[in-house]
Amino acid sequence: MQCERTIRVLIAKPGLDGHDRGAKVIARALRDAGMEVIYTGLRQTPEQIVEAAIQEDVDVIGLSILSGAHNVLFPRIMELLKEKGIDDILVIGGGVIPHDDIPFLKKCGIAEVFTPGTPISQIIEFIKNNVKK
Amino acid sequence: MFDKESLERLEKEKVRWENSTVKKVIEKTPERYEKFYTGSNIEVNRLYTPLDVQEMDYMEDLGFPGEYPFTRGIQPTMYRGRLWTMRQYAGFGTAEESNKRYKYLLSQGQTGLSVAFDLPTQIGYDSDHPLAQGEVGKVGVAIDSLKDIETLFDGIPLDKVSTSMTINAPAAILLAMYIAVAEKQGVSSEKLSGTIQNDILKEYVARGTYIFPPEPSMRLITDIFEFCSKHVPKWNTISISGYHIREAGATAVQEVAFTLANGIAYVEAAIKAGLDVDEFAPRLSFFFNAHNDLFEEVAKFRAARRLWAKIMKERFKAKDPKSMMLRFHTQTAGSTLTAQQPDNNIVRVTIQALAAVLGGTQSLHTNSRDEALALPTEDSVRIALRTQQIIAYESGVTETIDPLAGSYYVEHLTNLIEQKAMEYIKKIDELGGAPKAIEKGYIQQEIQDSAYRYQQEIESGRRIVVGVNKFQIEEEPPKNLLKVDPEVERIQKEKLSKLKATRDNLAVKNALDELSKKALSNENLMPTIITCVKTYATLGEICDTLRRVFGEYKATVSF
Repeated sequence: MQCERTIRVLIAKPGLDGHDRGAKVIARALRDAGMEVIYTGLRQTPEQIVEAAIQEDVDVIGLSILSGAHNVLFPRIMELLKEKGIDDILVIGGGVIPHDDIPFLKKCGIAEVFTPGTPISQIIEFIKNNVKK
Repeated sequence: MFDKESLERLEKEKVRWENSTVKKVIEKTPERYEKFYTGSNIEVNRLYTPLDVQEMDYMEDLGFPGEYPFTRGIQPTMYRGRLWTMRQYAGFGTAEESNKRYKYLLSQGQTGLSVAFDLPTQIGYDSDHPLAQGEVGKVGVAIDSLKDIETLFDGIPLDKVSTSMTINAPAAILLAMYIAVAEKQGVSSEKLSGTIQNDILKEYVARGTYIFPPEPSMRLITDIFEFCSKHVPKWNTISISGYHIREAGATAVQEVAFTLANGIAYVEAAIKAGLDVDEFAPRLSFFFNAHNDLFEEVAKFRAARRLWAKIMKERFKAKDPKSMMLRFHTQTAGSTLTAQQPDNNIVRVTIQALAAVLGGTQSLHTNSRDEALALPTEDSVRIALRTQQIIAYESGVTETIDPLAGSYYVEHLTNLIEQKAMEYIKKIDELGGAPKAIEKGYIQQEIQDSAYRYQQEIESGRRIVVGVNKFQIEEEPPKNLLKVDPEVERIQKEKLSKLKATRDNLAVKNALDELSKKALSNENLMPTIITCVKTYATLGEICDTLRRVFGEYKATVSF
């Protein structure tokens, strides 16, 4: 019998913005859904986030950003993961992100971008269906 | 306010009404829910009558506008005398672009400025700092030195407008720059009016733009109180903010409680620093949120006013009535805006703005419809400003003072919010005051619990958000959102290196060395900071100097 592995998630706040209500609510909801969740806290550099993801051996990185710096910081995180040869972590993002920016972010390797008003059940579903490990 | 006999009769009649008239209807058509709640989960009864406010004493609990306990408003004539200040928070990109937006807003009838700074500025980094990457000019204007402030206020007479600056950890530096630029315009500091947010405690709790640990941060704040009481007497030295606490998920009660608890901490710090309460307390101002639950919000503002007046009079023995007046700015609730069907946000903002006006606000920012998506466009900002103008000039709610007073429901809610907020403040006192309660994570945890509950209510459908979990439609992604030019970062870096090549670098070094020495002493830092900014020392250089002396705050993480 194979035991289903618990999904490990890193919720991370790249950049300088201090709005982490969403990040914390999501972190708690994923934990309540049976996942193991680590939250980085505010003001994380892309390097710190990738380092934490490796250290914690996570299956998923959830990036939350509301400052508008996503077009710079998200691709940088994907680049760093690639440099380290990591391709089995599912990376998703959320926050105040204009629709026009989403195709570019997806091209960089962000699996999905969840904008305000997304039901958390939908995010949980997405993670369960797309986790790579 | 009611005689015993009529209350007794009313009580009997109410029971009769419930058991006959109401019961009959409910048997046929039950109410929509078993229990009803306000937006902040206070249970709401079917009907309010004098029975719910029977303990009230008119003079003691309400009084008259402009008089203690200021429940009905802080000015004797309120909006009959002067309307609130219409103040839209704005700023993005470079100082040049923001200067243009300010001039546009002033030309459209806005009556005060409100400066939004980008995150590197708020956290004390210059635009060329590695952590500033991607953030320059995004959520506000990028300011690196006095040069940028000179551009920002170019052609705006600082003796004529009042300017609010949303700046906290480096508030002393931005205030110093404002004083310096006014001096260049020939305006002395005594004539300046405006506000700096300068509320570090809520940064630790809810907003996140802290730099230094609590102790030196509180020292900077009390230095500003003292300096301004002597040299910038019309300046609001702090805007004690519930706004961000509410945005982080707090209830209306928690917003009042945690904001006033922070207020108490600032007053205590200033008294401990040797200031007389009536010397600085008249310049304390507040900043609240306005959510959708109209009556609860109005009650919240009234409760906050009464509670603060009592705290200042009874706890701090203030004598000057101005020390007891809770003057506040309001912003409508960003967290209630939806990315779905964004035009619906105009309606939400209208209700929220109405609550602020019925609650007696001194100034108001109305959010724009597109802010769940991006920074607002000029068109959206104009609609938001027009919303205030329609309330001011067409709705008629401004013609009498505190028009909802005497509503059994609103008075009951006012009492209840005050009482529940007071219970929290007692609890915080027991924990050793707001700074200790924050250090222990108590306030953060309370807010997070409320935020989570709110989200669960939306997920379960018990709380309806139009367009989000009910009445959804298929929609096209919105077009014409404001985009900040990514060139801003490069332009800003260029200006910075040019500045460093052309200024008197020896004067900069000397001023920063002096600041370093003063930071170690107990002397007021404001005069030295003003000297620093005048040499064109950058914001980052000044903050780094203070970081070396004060250290940096490290937050504990929980969820």
